[in-house]
Amino acid sequence: MSKQFATFELAGHLFGVDVDRVQEVIRNQTTTRVPLAPSAIGGLINLRGQVVTAVDLRERLGLPDAGPDHLPMNVVVRTADGPVSLLVDVIGEVIEADDELFESPPETLSGPGRELVLGVHKLRDRLVLVLDVDRAIDVSAVV
Amino acid sequence: MEEIDEIVGEFLVESHENLDQLDRDLVALEQEPGSRELLSSIFRTVHTIKGTSGFLAFTHLEAVTHAGENLLSRIRDGKLALNPARTSVLLELVDAIRSLLTTIEASGGEGTPDHTALVAKINVLNADEADVLLDVSDSAEPAQVVEPEVKTAAKVKKAPKVASDEVAVLSAAVAETETALPARSEEGAEVQTEQRRSIADSTLRVDVDLLDSLMRLVGELVLTRNQVVSYAGIHGDANLTRTSQRLNLIASELQEGVMKTRMQPIDNVWSKLPRVVRDLGLACGRQARLVMEGRDTELDKTILEAIKDPLTHLVRNSIDHGIEDPAERVASGKPAEGTLTLRAFHEGGQVTIEVADDGAGIDPEAIASKALERGLITKSDLARMSPREVLDLIFIAGFSTREQVSNVSGRGVGMDVVKTNIENIGGTVDIASVLGRGTTFKIKIPLTLAIIPTVAIECGGSRYALPQVSLDELVSVNGGEGQQRIEEISGAPVYRLRDKLLPLVYCRKVLGLEPSEDDGPQYIAVLRADGQKYGLVVDQVLNTEEIVVKPLSVQLKKISVYAGATILGDGRVALILDALALAQTAGVLGSDRGKIMELEETVSETIPLETLLIVRLGENGRTAIPLSAVTRLEDLPANSVENSGGRQVVQYRGQIMPLVWLSAFTGAGYVEPGERIQVVVHSNGERSVGLVVDEILDITDADISSLDEVHAPGVIGSAIVDGRITDLLDVSSAVVAADPAFYREALAIEQAQLAVGV
Repeated sequence: MSKQFATFELAGHLFGVDVDRVQEVIRNQTTTRVPLAPSAIGGLINLRGQVVTAVDLRERLGLPDAGPDHLPMNVVVRTADGPVSLLVDVIGEVIEADDELFESPPETLSGPGRELVLGVHKLRDRLVLVLDVDRAIDVSAVV
Repeated sequence: MEEIDEIVGEFLVESHENLDQLDRDLVALEQEPGSRELLSSIFRTVHTIKGTSGFLAFTHLEAVTHAGENLLSRIRDGKLALNPARTSVLLELVDAIRSLLTTIEASGGEGTPDHTALVAKINVLNADEADVLLDVSDSAEPAQVVEPEVKTAAKVKKAPKVASDEVAVLSAAVAETETALPARSEEGAEVQTEQRRSIADSTLRVDVDLLDSLMRLVGELVLTRNQVVSYAGIHGDANLTRTSQRLNLIASELQEGVMKTRMQPIDNVWSKLPRVVRDLGLACGRQARLVMEGRDTELDKTILEAIKDPLTHLVRNSIDHGIEDPAERVASGKPAEGTLTLRAFHEGGQVTIEVADDGAGIDPEAIASKALERGLITKSDLARMSPREVLDLIFIAGFSTREQVSNVSGRGVGMDVVKTNIENIGGTVDIASVLGRGTTFKIKIPLTLAIIPTVAIECGGSRYALPQVSLDELVSVNGGEGQQRIEEISGAPVYRLRDKLLPLVYCRKVLGLEPSEDDGPQYIAVLRADGQKYGLVVDQVLNTEEIVVKPLSVQLKKISVYAGATILGDGRVALILDALALAQTAGVLGSDRGKIMELEETVSETIPLETLLIVRLGENGRTAIPLSAVTRLEDLPANSVENSGGRQVVQYRGQIMPLVWLSAFTGAGYVEPGERIQVVVHSNGERSVGLVVDEILDITDADISSLDEVHAPGVIGSAIVDGRITDLLDVSSAVVAADPAFYREALAIEQAQLAVGV
């Protein structure tokens, strides 16, 4: 059995999410900041008339801030409470990965990122960290 | 007559829906017999049907549902277990209700059905002994083992004789219904669909989802229109401009139309209540008058539907539990006729609905002891609870303060339903009660899915929308002189707006943004929240805009200061600020106690709330000065005080202002003034008098209508304000003490008073 993953980059790491969860991928959008919100909230975007919350994945995963000139892309994923956008650096391609190549997250992975990674797919040339979407968008634990 | 038909019609439509739900719930309950949620839901449904059928005088229906409710109530409280026999009888109950409803729909009356067998059967199953008997047959299919079951029952000798007799009756009833029911319910179903259509013809039930998506599309259209209009403006093409103007017009009308499909006056729900009050009053022997204020307050259809039941429950409750017997009322010095006031209004981007009675009020101690008795809370829980939390106990499922179960309410079903239903639509219920004076329930419902007029403001580089409902006025504060009018009272900023002090909230501060760097002009949005006013200081006021409220995602719902989000004309997302939550976050509203006071005020119209300036006199005397008598607050150097004609005066705004030291005047004791003195200026036209106080403490709202007499000079009386004893200053005598000629016209009288007072 194999699975398809939509991939994207964050601070040089390649991440993947189950392709079925992805509603669409859009370029950088004007985001409205939300004061008093948890720091992992990147802001609000207008997705064709719908107000969608964007989660700053760098912040959520404890990766370094990309600086003010950085224009993140939006990976809009489906959730039980409507679409949520994940802010990522670069959009990658859709890959097909064999279940046999899947491993639990390496011990070396630490920080808040660890609990958000379901496991690792070993591709021929690089590793894809499979993101736990539901945990990633649940920012209630982070302040 | 028409009204009655309407009520019956609605009852039928509603009950049919409820019964479908009941069928599903009962079957689901068999799968998970322990589910309190399902049990409560079933119980509420039956309770509702019983209640309404009581009002509409459908006695058969009432009798059947009452029996069912008894059984359900014991199952819910865990006194009886739910077994297949009980489930079957409950399903039979549903069928019986359905057939009764069908008859009512067809003929307008109940006819003469015989449900004694069913009622008897329910009552048998309601008896504890029946548990023993019927559990034996649990493993087998109840439908097939009616006969053997009786035999088993007969064999169980330890069962009391009465019980086995009843079982015999039961078995007959079961046998009869088993054969009769399937055919009847099938037939009933056919008649029912036909009848239901005829009632449904008069109204059109539109799926709310469809309206939601229409609303969303209209929102989109409005945005697109805005873009087209601005594009046409740039191009200057006459045809395009004309077309875009037309588009503009049509889009606005469409928007309005779609809005209207969802908005209805609250009177649609209220109009049924006078009758409820009348009938219930007769049934319980109460005299009650219903006063309704704000009948034309418009609410979203979804919200209106959701509050219908809770409101009816609250009204019933007020009549049944709140308002006392006429004799009792007269004995406690109240008019025999009680008053029930319903009030609806928009406030701070929310709709507030109040149900207030002038009845006996709720005794927190009675609540507490009842809750202990029922095992709903423990003693240590109670010790930790505030009086307010104790009152909130009435919202717990299974709570009722009535000893006897009445036909109307009093099973403790109403209040938890009220709370659940209102919380389901994101609202809150508050209760305030004064023993002997009455109870007020305050329901607050947030607005969602509605188009509302707002003012766009800027703060910290982002734009926000402020709902116009909570906005009183906008004030521009230019640098320099304007800035001086922002002052501080014990660290809290206030602004003098037309000689009144307005507490201020800095938008940047409350949102946790970096403070403004430049000293440029600022704007104050004067907002109303919870009956009080405050000023929100913002960077810019942009424009007014009609917006569509979009709910925030789960991640952001907890942040109370936002009422939602919206998309502005340029396609950007803006957050909608919640005036009430902003004030609460910043703490500019009166304390909790102040709020209860305010609720008390709504209980009885006669208690006016007065805004008071609280000052310290002497070492620790608290004195209140009505804010209406305060023109300005001044902080003056102590060495600016001069003597003139035996009086102490200061030069103030080009005039001579006499001073009176209030601590000495009221006998609070003299405190050596520091380098500066705090002066409360009271002006009348050109004349001003300075009241010197030792410290300015606070501004608060309080009820000062009933004062305890105090025999002290310059003091009208004392009251408890914010939990502390506070004297109320007799302003006029203090003023006259400083300047006998201050009230020129009433001079003689004032002097006479002065002679008496001092």
